[in-house]
Amino acid sequence: MRPARLTVLTAAAVVAALSAVTGCSEKSDASGDGVIHVTATDTACDVSTKEFPAGKVQFEVANKGEKVTELYVLFPDGRIVAERENIGAGTQANITAEIKPGSYEIACKPGMTGDGIRQQVKATGQGATEKRSPEADAAVAAYRKYVQEQADETLPKAQAFADAVKAGDVEAAKKAYAPSRIGWERTEPVAESFGDIDPKVDVREDGLETGQEWTGWHKLEKSLFAENKIDDADKKLAETLMTDLAEWQKKVGQAEITPTSMANGAKELLDEVATGKVTGEEEAYSHTDLVDFKANVEGAQKAYELLKPVASKNDAELAKQLDAQFAALNTLLDKYRADKTGYEFTAYDKVGAAERKELSDGVNALAEPLSKLAAAVAK
Amino acid sequence: MSESVSKPEQGPEQATEEQQAKGAPSRRSVLGWGGAGLALGAAAAGGTALALTKDSDMVSAASAGAAVPFHGEHQAGIASAVQDRLHFAAFDVKTKSRDELIKLLKDWTEAARLMTAGHPVGEGGYGGLPEAPPDDTGEALGLKASRLTLTIGFGPGLFAKDRFGLEGKRPEALVELESFPGDNLDPARSGGDLCVQACADDPQVAVHAIRQLARIGFGKTAVRWSQLGFGKTSSTTPDAQTPRNMMGFKDGTRNVSGTDNAALDKHVWVGASDGSDWLAGGSYLVARRIRMHIETWDRTSLGEQEDIIGRDKGEGAPAGKSKERDEPFLKAMKPDAHVRLAHPDTNDGATILRRGYSFTDGTDGLGRLDAGLFFLAYQRDVRKGFVQIQRRLSKNDSLNEYIQHVGSAVFAVPPGVRDKDDWWGRALFA
Repeated sequence: MRPARLTVLTAAAVVAALSAVTGCSEKSDASGDGVIHVTATDTACDVSTKEFPAGKVQFEVANKGEKVTELYVLFPDGRIVAERENIGAGTQANITAEIKPGSYEIACKPGMTGDGIRQQVKATGQGATEKRSPEADAAVAAYRKYVQEQADETLPKAQAFADAVKAGDVEAAKKAYAPSRIGWERTEPVAESFGDIDPKVDVREDGLETGQEWTGWHKLEKSLFAENKIDDADKKLAETLMTDLAEWQKKVGQAEITPTSMANGAKELLDEVATGKVTGEEEAYSHTDLVDFKANVEGAQKAYELLKPVASKNDAELAKQLDAQFAALNTLLDKYRADKTGYEFTAYDKVGAAERKELSDGVNALAEPLSKLAAAVAK
Repeated sequence: MSESVSKPEQGPEQATEEQQAKGAPSRRSVLGWGGAGLALGAAAAGGTALALTKDSDMVSAASAGAAVPFHGEHQAGIASAVQDRLHFAAFDVKTKSRDELIKLLKDWTEAARLMTAGHPVGEGGYGGLPEAPPDDTGEALGLKASRLTLTIGFGPGLFAKDRFGLEGKRPEALVELESFPGDNLDPARSGGDLCVQACADDPQVAVHAIRQLARIGFGKTAVRWSQLGFGKTSSTTPDAQTPRNMMGFKDGTRNVSGTDNAALDKHVWVGASDGSDWLAGGSYLVARRIRMHIETWDRTSLGEQEDIIGRDKGEGAPAGKSKERDEPFLKAMKPDAHVRLAHPDTNDGATILRRGYSFTDGTDGLGRLDAGLFFLAYQRDVRKGFVQIQRRLSKNDSLNEYIQHVGSAVFAVPPGVRDKDDWWGRALFA
């Protein structure tokens, strides 16, 4: 439900910024130091060079327009490589990104709206990619595997749900609904990085744009739990859901994943809990919010555990805090399920205001230190 | 109607502030000398200073006069001249660890020290690692210190048995308030283990301060409830005029003056001989959210309004007198008049220092203005202060038809933070 944000900013930013502070980066060409100058105005987006060597690339954006602007570096399919928002009129900002060889688009967005003014650029050659520690590489590889596993495990569960819908079996479909979402919820930030899948499978009624057709899990949730029916349109939707999820399963292995995007993804999972689950908005009809809640926490914890060897070296105190807060939140969640290995949670409409407050406090207690994980990984 | 009603009064504070602003150093220049080390520190720690906003237009200042000193014998925000705005928050302590609680109080003190001086907390609101959220949320960047004061209080729950080992230190005068007739207290707007009162002349500065402390506290504390206030309803400085409450009346004329040390020592500051060593120089705070039945009050005749209060509406003079500050002759007021019943002479000399603010939280579901008085009273002993007065008021006050107490909390307010090595509550945990 959040816009795709899988930034590829890495530790390279630190190095580049330090040199920026000392003035070493004040050369004007892309050939030597990799600095690309972007001059943004309200009507233009001039890039100093359209071709540059791949690798660690620094963009220096000067906003000479009247409006606040943004700069995006985009993959050809629209995914974001790097971005900076809120570049004020008359100000300058630097972005550093690790860029692999290939074609990209650079977009300036005067007024921070619309598609922006775009330029095609190309990163050439082999391009030395940012050197990471073996621990960080291992974390990324393991997380990539986890994400794929989650998708692989989700498909049969979603199929069981879709089959029940297609058979017109309301009760069986209701039962299969929440379990079919667990793998998705665990890896949501990665799933969301493919901007087109999330709006098809996980959009809520209140998140629809004008003219957008409502498809996916939540439309079926409403039919099943609020209207207690399955009609032909629902059966067709179940088919569509499977098609879209199959695409997710196919694509998920190619997601851009870096240590910092993992860390930020973990934080975003908690944000999902804080804004959607704790309020009961996510599962407005089925009230299975606590299943999603648990899955979000599990996904965040997985990313954290994998990054822990890197993070604890840089910030041992933070790791200690995160261990304690993950444990505390999981203990709190266990209060709402009888079987500690299963995913049968108390219906969220039966969770009182005081208990919701307690859950919300638990989420804040974890999410605040978790927001510092990316920095600990990037150090 | 007296003419004075329509005359806008310019308080002395406003004038001085304008003067100060002119010659005040900007926040940039403050950062220049104070922040040079900060910037270097950030770079060494991997800070990136990526957002190179050349914000020379950021005129701002922690100008000397606009910042209230944080260190002192007593906490600022009690006898200090009352600011225009309030953000008050009560917290539940979530941690079970005494050490963690102590760490939190130290972290809060450090943040309070910075913010009251007009600085952002930690390494600031921008310029750090792009991958990490900034230490300071940033909405007060570029604003003046705005006389921000931060005042902490400790609720009775903190002294509970088997909690932090403080049960032996609970002051006798820190009583749970009894249930007064007419109270309709909402537990979600009452109580709390800790409270922080943020007062400032700019609401954004006050809100920012509570937001930073809440953020620092996540995991160790959780906000239980909070209240925004505007328009001080009483004053600790002998202003030309006492500010008006939401009923349109002046109701703080006889407040304890912040410069009357004899009265403060007698009625507000806890003495060394009062029984709790750690609290000497501190005080007790009673906070009450008092909802006003605005619409029915507005339909009440002027004569009745003035009878209920015991003062006239235009000048604010006590019944039968002509000037606001004329000595009230209580017998000239109706027996159930508010001022008569609240007066020290009616209450064996009981005197409290009021710092209340008006509040408006929009409208309730019935379209009625959700407004009233967020009442804050400091006193040396809750039993001899608020409790004694409220017993009489809750039983007899004719104003009760138009008000209802809907939130309540009581706190022991420790003495001031002495210097940069001291912290909120050090003596309590010693």
